[in-house]
Amino acid sequence: MLKNPAIRRYNRRVLWLSLGYAVFLCGAIYAFNHQLLSGPAAYAAAILPALPIIGIFAAIGLYLVEEEDEYVRMLMVRQTLWASGFALSLATIWGFLESFELVRHIEPYYVAVLWFGGLGVGAGINRLTVARGA
Amino acid sequence: MNNRLKVLRAERDWSQGDLADRLQVSRQSVNAIETGRYDPSLPLAFRIAELFGVAIEDIFVSPSKETP
Repeated sequence: MLKNPAIRRYNRRVLWLSLGYAVFLCGAIYAFNHQLLSGPAAYAAAILPALPIIGIFAAIGLYLVEEEDEYVRMLMVRQTLWASGFALSLATIWGFLESFELVRHIEPYYVAVLWFGGLGVGAGINRLTVARGA
Repeated sequence: MNNRLKVLRAERDWSQGDLADRLQVSRQSVNAIETGRYDPSLPLAFRIAELFGVAIEDIFVSPSKETP
């Protein structure tokens, strides 16, 4: 099971999507810094870096569909639920703090960063609860 | 759910890895099932029972029949 094909495909997809993210982000930063874009092209370029991130969410969904080991799949489902709860809770707290002008504004795309961090939280909680001793 | 998986495995002198390979699941899964931390789905329970050549209820103890 070390060479789990579902994990291999997931890793390959995430690698390519991460490369795409780096390329799109660098391209968009360059284009905006040099004021090369305007109108619909500017909107398209601004959205491009978001697409590989959305792709990673889809890759996680595909992994859940393709994972044949039901226990491992259950652990990943728990991880994603913890990630969602973690990211949404912190975003909600921050949103209220921001509304009352107690903290500075943070771009909403950081919710995705929180979500990926939440996967780590979920993995830790899995280890402490259901996956302990495994 | 309590079960006799560890006993059945030991009778055949199989490691958790051996059983995992035969069931085509991870060793982690076998460990979780053996220690009662994870209840397998019905299809996996059938695969386990068929591998050992016994009925499901000869491996898994019904929660209603477990002694407190």
